Amino acid sequence: MTGVEGFMYPNEVELQWSALIVLYPYITGLVAGAFILASLERVFKVAAVRPTYRLALLTALAFLLVAPLPLQLHLGHPERSFEMYLTPHRSSAMAMFGFVYLWYLMVVLVIEIWLDYRADIVRLSQTRRGLTGWIYRLLTLGSRNVSPESRRIDDRVGWAITVIGIPSAFLLHGYVGFIFGSVKANAWWSTPLMPIVFLFSAMVSGIAAVLLLYMGISWRQKRKVDMLCLDTIARYLFYVFLIDFSLEMLDLVHRIYEADESFRSLDFMVRTRLYTSQVIVQIYLGTVLPILLLAATQVLRLSERLRRGLYAAAGLLTLAGIFAMRWNVVIGGQLFSKSYLGYTSYKLEFATREGLLTTVFLMVLPLAILWGLLKLLPPWPEREAA
Amino acid sequence: MRNHVREAEHLIRLALVFLAGGAAFLLIRQAVVPPGFGVHGHYRAAALEENRLRPAVYAGQAACSDCHEEQVKQRAAGSHRGVACEACHGPLARHAADPSAAAPRPPDPVALCRRCHEADAAKPKNFPQVVAQDHSGGEACNSCHQPHRPKV
Ligand code: HEC
Ligand code: HEC
Ligand code: HEC
Ligand code: HEC
Repeated sequence: MTGVEGFMYPNEVELQWSALIVLYPYITGLVAGAFILASLERVFKVAAVRPTYRLALLTALAFLLVAPLPLQLHLGHPERSFEMYLTPHRSSAMAMFGFVYLWYLMVVLVIEIWLDYRADIVRLSQTRRGLTGWIYRLLTLGSRNVSPESRRIDDRVGWAITVIGIPSAFLLHGYVGFIFGSVKANAWWSTPLMPIVFLFSAMVSGIAAVLLLYMGISWRQKRKVDMLCLDTIARYLFYVFLIDFSLEMLDLVHRIYEADESFRSLDFMVRTRLYTSQVIVQIYLGTVLPILLLAATQVLRLSERLRRGLYAAAGLLTLAGIFAMRWNVVIGGQLFSKSYLGYTSYKLEFATREGLLTTVFLMVLPLAILWGLLKLLPPWPEREAA
Repeated sequence: MRNHVREAEHLIRLALVFLAGGAAFLLIRQAVVPPGFGVHGHYRAAALEENRLRPAVYAGQAACSDCHEEQVKQRAAGSHRGVACEACHGPLARHAADPSAAAPRPPDPVALCRRCHEADAAKPKNFPQVVAQDHSGGEACNSCHQPHRPKV
């Protein structure tokens, strides 16, 4: 059979989980990571990252809105996915995700953004005309009270929401790892470390995404980048990356030392079919190299220009590396036979429901939504006016 | 206290929006979840009755022997003795009840035989299997094998 090597059970030959299923943990990871960056400012009072607070929240919202789409496109009957809200099955992790998702979207993100922007929304509702004016008036919910006392209440409630939001973000992404980690039939996935590794890689990718977006938007709008903010974000990226890398290595060392019955098969897979995406892209280019670049910015005294260049390079490599990591988990987990005697291959289709085109579209869609959100809710109004 | 309520009025409005959303959800749920759901398990209780009322489409092995003695004898003598008539001919309850009402379509031998006999590493080793391409090169299987008693 073409693409098959050795022995595969008949139901393993064709991969059921496509590139869209790769996208899903990738996108939710960006959400969780961006939100955790935002909560740094809010809960841990890291004033330096203030300029990206709102941007991070809007990024999280834009990506969260798209997060379920890859799953729904993967389903033959997407409309049935809503049944998990109507008749949820309590023993199904996937069904419970619907509620985690809704909780995180509505209770955490939407409320936090609304509270933070309320003063701006009220101001805009009074100055803008036409359709946008209507949208802002709708968003005020009919209350124009922005007295200092009401803003103080907003601030306190917002803080409480963020405090709830951090475990929610952990839950959202830890859960995605759990979905894979709990598949006990699959030796590539089944490890209790999976949720934790997913979580830290989520933070890494989300922080890198906000870093890049902040630099990109500032460059586009010809604004000066707040270097202190950038340095701080990059430092956090570096730290979190170190933890993430150690966890992944811990997992690896543990697998090698334990060397259970799946090991030879998985080892062979990593050396052959997954070599480019796992060893080259994920580990060398996507993890070691950005860590080295970030380390260089920490130990050497470099000019602002050079630092910005290094941050941009590290951010891009990181995003590619984390994407490769999701790819290796999802696709890699389906390439080897559960008999450990054979391997199949995955061919990404082009213009089909789960093809490359759809994948690219779903990756661009959150950016388009973010663009709209940035227009509607400008994150830096004080600079807008200037 | 009154002052606090006034300053938090927008939050009360927000809470009302959420309450309205929750209420709408409950109403929709009430309207669309079918009655009887969850009585026996995670499905519609009425589905059991509906399935029971569906007409049977398979007549069963015994039904064929009344009229097709020849094939029944053939089959019983060969290695297909364990393969039900309707496994190859498809569901024939209507035909068995009234042969003139529904004449069975003859099965396509190549597709039919390959479905069970195409070589596949996942099948038990002692099950007779061939790589159809090498074995017959596209020639219809029944030009050499008698389907009801396949030993050549
Ligand atoms: C009540 C008698 C009766 C029963 C029971 C019956 N058949 Fe028939 N069957 C006939 C008759 C009569 C014909 C011939 C129709 C014709 O040639 O037009 C026929 C034709 C067929 C044919 C088509 C033969 C051809 O030349 O194309 C097949 C196949 C067949 N039956 C299979 C079955 C199977 C399998 C069963 C058991 C589920 C079954 N029959 C039950 C009477 C019956
Ligand atoms: C292994 C699959 C298989 C099984 C089991 C099987 N048949 Fe057939 N049957 C066929 C095929 C193939 C034909 C020939 C179709 C053709 O020649 O186009 C056929 C033809 C027939 C015919 C048409 C007359 C003939 O002999 O060609 C009748 C009647 C028939 N089968 C009845 C039965 C009955 C009754 C049983 C159960 C006792 C049965 N078959 C079991 C595959 C099967
Ligand atoms: C529903 C599955 C099924 C279909 C369809 C089927 N067979 Fe079989 N066949 C069997 C089984 C079961 C055996 C018996 C295997 C055993 O003895 O372990 C068998 C045995 C055989 C044998 C071995 C005979 C012997 O005595 O060694 C041949 C040859 C054969 N089938 C040919 C055919 C042909 C030709 C067709 C198409 C007309 C066909 N089979 C369709 C299930 C099927
Ligand atoms: C040209 C005649 C011819 C045709 C056509 C033919 N066979 Fe055979 N087949 C034979 C002969 C002869 C044997 C017995 C000798 C042997 O085992 O090689 C046999 C044996 C078999 C066996 C038993 C193999 C075993 O290991 O016991 C199977 C199964 C079988 N054939 C299936 C098929 C199928 C399926 C087709 C259609 C795709 C087919 N045959 C077409 C002549 C044929």
